[in-house]
This record gives sequence, C-alpha cells and structure tokens, in this order.
Amino acid sequence: MMPAIQVATGSQLSRRGFIKASALATGGLMVALYLDPPAAAQEGAPPPPRTYPPDAFVQILPDGKIVITVNRLEVGQGAQTALPMILADELDADWSQVTAQLAPAGELYKDPLIGIQMIGGSCSIPNSFQQYRELGAKTRAMLIGAAADRWGVTADQCRTKDSVVYGPGNRSARYAELTEDAVRRPAPAVVQLKSASQFRLIGKPVRRLDSRAKCDGSHKFSLDLDLPGMLIALLARPPVFGGRVRGVDDREARNVSGVRDIFEIPLVSGSAIAVVADRFWAAKQARDRMKVDWDLSGIDHPDSLQLFARYTELAKTPGNVAVRLGDEHAIDQIPASDRIQAEYEFPYLAHAPMEPINLTVRNDRDRAEAWVPSQIPTWEQAALAEVLGLKPEQVTYHVLSAGGSFGRRGTTDSHFVREAAAIAKRLPGAPVKLIYTREDDMKSGYYRPMFVHRVEVGIGPDGMPIAWKHVIVGQSFVIGTGAPQEAILVKNGVDKLATEGTDDSPYTFPNMHVSVHHPKVNVPTLSHRSVGYGHNSFVRETLLDELATRAKYDPIAYRLKLLKPDAKKFRTSLTLLDQKSGWRHRLPRNHASGIACSEYNSTCVACAVEVSIENKRPRIHRATLAVDCGLAVNPLSIENQMQGGLVFGLTQLMANGAITLKDGRVEQSNFDRYAPPYMPDAPVSIDVHIVPSAEQPTGVGEPPVPVIAPAVVNALFRLTGKRYRSLPLTTV
Amino acid sequence: METYTITVNGQTKEVTVDPGAPLLWALREELKLTGTKYGCGIGACGACTVHLGGVATRSCLVPVSMVGNRPIITIEAMAEDPVGRIVRDSWVSLDVVQCGYCQSGQIMSAVALLKSVPRPTDKNIEESMGGNLCRCGAYFRIREAIRAASRQLEGGVR
Repeated sequence: MMPAIQVATGSQLSRRGFIKASALATGGLMVALYLDPPAAAQEGAPPPPRTYPPDAFVQILPDGKIVITVNRLEVGQGAQTALPMILADELDADWSQVTAQLAPAGELYKDPLIGIQMIGGSCSIPNSFQQYRELGAKTRAMLIGAAADRWGVTADQCRTKDSVVYGPGNRSARYAELTEDAVRRPAPAVVQLKSASQFRLIGKPVRRLDSRAKCDGSHKFSLDLDLPGMLIALLARPPVFGGRVRGVDDREARNVSGVRDIFEIPLVSGSAIAVVADRFWAAKQARDRMKVDWDLSGIDHPDSLQLFARYTELAKTPGNVAVRLGDEHAIDQIPASDRIQAEYEFPYLAHAPMEPINLTVRNDRDRAEAWVPSQIPTWEQAALAEVLGLKPEQVTYHVLSAGGSFGRRGTTDSHFVREAAAIAKRLPGAPVKLIYTREDDMKSGYYRPMFVHRVEVGIGPDGMPIAWKHVIVGQSFVIGTGAPQEAILVKNGVDKLATEGTDDSPYTFPNMHVSVHHPKVNVPTLSHRSVGYGHNSFVRETLLDELATRAKYDPIAYRLKLLKPDAKKFRTSLTLLDQKSGWRHRLPRNHASGIACSEYNSTCVACAVEVSIENKRPRIHRATLAVDCGLAVNPLSIENQMQGGLVFGLTQLMANGAITLKDGRVEQSNFDRYAPPYMPDAPVSIDVHIVPSAEQPTGVGEPPVPVIAPAVVNALFRLTGKRYRSLPLTTV
Repeated sequence: METYTITVNGQTKEVTVDPGAPLLWALREELKLTGTKYGCGIGACGACTVHLGGVATRSCLVPVSMVGNRPIITIEAMAEDPVGRIVRDSWVSLDVVQCGYCQSGQIMSAVALLKSVPRPTDKNIEESMGGNLCRCGAYFRIREAIRAASRQLEGGVR
C-alpha cells in the first residue's frame, strides 16, 4: 500500500526534530514531503520491502543547497561522503551544493537489508548502495515531472544536469524552483537507474564533505556538544569487572567547587559512583578525592597469564565443530617430518578511538533527548527508554559524529547509554554529558577477545597441504546476549565471529577439521575492526608462508595455486598485487618482503610489505595493496581506508599492543602502556591498487586491517629465520 | 578558584578556574574553543596541541596558572595564519582526515614544524609528528600533506 502524501510547511515541520533543526539552521522556508511512517518493525526482523520517502533523505532548499541525510554514523569511514555521492549522482545534483547530515534514530533509517539501524561489518555502502541510488532517481523523476507539467511537455523530453532540468526550446528550471511542485507528486514506485557509463560521481575520486570543518576546529564531535545548563558526569568504576560499591567516603569530593551531586548507579554488571559537576575538571578532581569501598567478592579475577595457560590446555582438546571436511584423522597418517604444528597467542585489544566514549542525555520526565555517537541508534534508543521508564518514541535520539569507533560504540548491552540514562534519571531537566576519561575508556573492557589457536598442517609430496586441523579458543561476545545476530552467527555452539577467516578459508585443504572452545571469562569483549579475521587471517597467512617457504614457492604463486576455484576476488587481488609489487624482486640488502591476503565480507585485500630491522623493531618501508571491493564508489576514500586500516592492523604488532589483566585488574590505562602505532611505526609509503570491477560494491573499512601483521612477520622470518606466533611482537 | 588573564588567538580573556585546571579544559569549557581536543590527559596523544609562546605544547599538561603572559594560539586561529592556511588547505586537498578527531593537534604540530623548519626531512617530520596519535592511521597522508605544504611555502605562496 502506498503511504499517503502530505505537504508540510513551517509549523508542521516541528513534528520531526531533525527536519526542524535543519530548517532552523538554514533559516529559509523549506517545503518537505512526508509519508506516513511504516508500522514499527520488530528490531532484527527484516523489514518488508518499502518505499522510502525521498524527503526524509533529501532536502532541496530555496537557495539550491541540497542536504542529504545519511542513515549511518560517521566514524571516519567516509559513509557521510559516499552515500551522498551515490544519491547525488542519480539525482544529477550540483555536487558543490551538497551537504550531509546524520540521521537520528528512526524506523526510516534502518538498514534496508538487515532491519537494524546500524554501522558494523563494513555494511554502509553494500547495503545502502541500491537504496541511495533509488532515492536519488526518484527525487529526480519527481523534479522532472514537475518541470514537464509546467512546460506542457513529456518527462522524456527533459534532461537534468547539475541541479537543473532542461526541456525543449532552451527551457530550464533549477531544482529549487521545482521543489514545491515536485513534492505534490507521488514518489514513483519504480525508476530507471543510470548505467555505469552515465555516472558522474560514482567511481570518481571525491574529497570528503566533512574535511574542511575537521581541519579548522569547527566540526562538532559528541564531546564538543554544549547545551545550556549542561552538567558533566564521570564514573568511578569498580577495579574488577562486576565489582559493587559497598560504601563511599565522598566528604572531600563534595567540597570541590562546582560539584553538584555524587551517587551510586547500577552498571550492566556491578555498580559505580557517579560524580556530577558543572565542569569536567571539577568532576575529575572530586572523583580523585573520593574513597570507594568496593565489594569484589563472588566475582572472577581474571589474569592474562593464567588465561593463556588455560586456553593452551583447552586447545589440545577438540571443541565444538565448526568445519569437518574429508577425513578428520588424515593428519595422523602423515609422518611428523611432513607436519607443521603451531600455537598462536593473541592478547585482548582495546579499540581506543581518539574520542573517548561520551554522550549526553536530558531527562524531561515524560520524554527524553539524547545526543550520541551511536553505531546502533534505535537499539540504544530503546535501552535508554527502558532505564527512564519511557517508550522509545518518547526519546529523541540524535546521532553525532564520532572521533573513531572501530567497533567500540557498537555494544549490544548499550552499557554507556544505560549509565548515562541512570545518571540523568536522578537529575531531571539538566542535560548530562557522561565522559569516559582515557583511563575509563581503556579500562572499561569490551575488548577484542584473547585467543589461542593450535594448528597442525600435514603436507603432501608436492608441498601442498593435505590436512588442516585447527582448534580455536576464545570468548564469544555473541553467545547468550539474545541480540538479533545471535541466531544468525551461532551454530552448534560455534560463534562465527571467532572462526571467520578459518572456517571460510579460500584455500583448498582436502581434509579439514576446525573446532572451537568459548570459555566464559569475566572480561567484557566486543567486535573489533575486522573481528575474527584479525586473528584467523594471521594464523592462516603465516602458515601459508611457512608452507610456501618449505615448498620453495613464491608466496603469491603458492597462494594462487592453492586457491579454490570460486575464490575469485582473492585471485584478482593477488594477481594485481603481483603485478604492482615488482620491487619485491629488487630489494636492498637487509630488507625483505612479506605477503598476506585476507577477505572481509566479500572484499579481498592482498598486501606486500618491505621490512628491515631497526632498533630491534620492524621498520616498514613500503606497503603495496591490491583490493577487490566490487565497483569502487569513491576510489579516493577506498585508498584512504586501505592506508589507514593497515596502520590500525599494526596495533597488535606493537611492543605495547596488548591489554593484559592481573588479578582481575586491567594493567593498561592510557597510551603510555597501551601504545598503538605512531607515525614512525607506520609504513613510510603505501600504494593502493583497486581491481577494476562492475560488480556490487562491498565494504572497505575493515578489510585492510588483517593483512599487515602477517605480512610483516612473514618478512621478518626472511631476516631472522624466526616465526612470530605470539602477539604482541615484543622482540624481533 | 582563581581568575587568570590569558591571551588566546590575539584576544585577552579572563578565566576563573581551579589553579590546577589544565589549559585544555579552560579553552574548551570556559572559552568554548572546542577545536582543541581531549584524547589522553597525559600528553601521550597530541590531540590537545596548541602553540604556547610559539611552541607546540600539549595543553592537557599545562595548568592555566602556569601560562602567564605567553600567547596561546589554537586551531581556530589557523585561518588567519599564513602557514596555518597552507597546511590546512594541503590537508583538505589530500583528503587527510578520516574521523578527524586528532587532526587539530596534527595540524598544530605540523604548523609548528614548518615554521621552524620550512623544508623538513622525513626524519624531521617523524620526530615532530611522532607524538601525535591517529587511530585511523592517516600517517601516510599526513606526511604527504606536510611535504606538499612545504613545497608551497618554498614557492613563496602566502
């Protein structure tokens, strides 16, 4: 059923906060069109096919400016530029007049394929490509229809370019002049989309829309939000996950000038003391002067060394089966001299985005308003409402751009939203900004889980693997959460997010057995940019290097020979890498090269690095990347993501690239002891090559992350003769 | 609480803060200059870099009480600074930013470098920028943008 169309002006716009905000910001009269919102879809259920009202995504203002609403949080991945490009291309909009805004929580802004409003899994472009093209094309059709009617001609006599409709006899009209008529027309149910040869923006390198504001200090991140009467809250958290407040001596803290209140709030696990003040520094001073008596009884005190020992023992026994292919005992028939046995250790990793966790909530008793850099807006809106005893629709949920996330803001328990709501509940009427200090952010958990892998590979007479037996040990952050993805990701007690990269290996192993243990540990864990591939691809690609070395093959040639016939993107990206990394065969003395490749949600990245050793650390002189991500929507952005993602993936090679626990306490609290890569650690040069493709675009945010670490240690082997299987890489 | 007179971006300002309060929070909360970012609070990430008396300084480590009469320049004033403008335009032209949160600090460090060494070597760049963390990993483009800005400065573009 087609929803009814209304024409709304001025006062009616206030029905939706986000439209109102935009109208106020631009000051002009804006004509907008509304369709009745579809009935609330159950979270997680695929929504019925729906027609999107273009006006919820496109606003053409009287001065010709075009505001495109982006249904995805911007965390640096570039969706806030690429999605407007896609829409603007089909709209034939004048790109110089296009700006973007982030959508608030809302039914209309749910992912059209998975039915949840979210970013994650590098899904922004793959899942919204078609949606944004259709939105642009429909809006364009309505504008053409309005012009054709005005001129008494047919729509197919009209063409469009740069926000102008041209008709027969030198007639033309700017989009802004046509909007009022266009919105009275029904949105077409079906539209013709452009052919690839007609694209004007898609496929071209386009600079980011948010770049200038991020370079002159004017861009507002969540932490920069300033509202009248705003209060700042900090939390004193338990030193061990799940600890509870037994008592607090806050006499000195309450004497700090500017402190408003100090009280206990529940955490998702355990409890904390909230300190609320009118300024950050006052809140921090007060928190530092408080003495909290923690009840740490009845909770596990995890310890990294003990966990590794336990995991290593577990890895010697088979777990829940993820892959059983051919004969699982084939490995036992192979002589020991033709077997490689390898154990790998991966530590907990903190996401540590540059902007620490923070958000603002105002509780107005019968309604609430929140400002959040949110990866899963509608999900969190519901959590916030629950804490405040409201319905989700009583919560206006603004999405603010984030200073990085890497998965950290995508928690299924919505813990930071619940914390801020619990604080705001005590302080109705005042906007309260909850800030995690860097120490809070780093010690608060939700890490990439620790993993141990134990692999045995049996090699045939031709140097190719015959049998692959693999046990993976690590926490699942999906099992038992009741989150929508649990039913999809967990089969036979195996969490796919722990096995991806191994269970879907692109290489032919005639006999393969993969099993998994998911121990329960009192450390909250979470998706971390590239998720399971971050450790699984490391194991796979370093072992492939060992195999290639034993077989005396070039590492690219060996991989190409071993690829399954359907591993098409691996083949294209490795082949392109081979063409572009001729420097591998002309290296200076004491330099070596290393190769690795990885997929992530249908994108494949292949990487070659040139490494030497300086001060007992790898010095990465060069990285060459080849990526097959289908149609390259914005090649500039893809290049940028590839270059940055590589550096992100280096974190686990850094000497201090690990979160560790001792007696339940996280040992790192800031960038002094958890040290991600800085400029000198990063490759000096990174060249990126994109496989030409007309296939559906696939994501690029996560795919580059897994390749650099195995490529570097594969190169180091050529310099030192040592294999590096325990991360972080403390010594070379 | 004490009242201090400080010079920020050429303007004289009075701020009333705790004597130990870092300059970073006075800029952000009292003067609403939020371009200077909080990242770590211990001088380990560089997101809060400003120019204090002409020197690139981590504003999270400097109490307001220690500023004295040294002029403070923040990212917001780079539009009026000839080197700042070139660096900023170079950043935009090379599409350096991703999340962008660290970039105020990166730009302030780069401007300080280019003011003292207009033609920096790769080593100069690594040394001057080596304390500015970027979790998005935009280092390659930051290097390129500094080199491009340096070429422009050399060409005398002002």
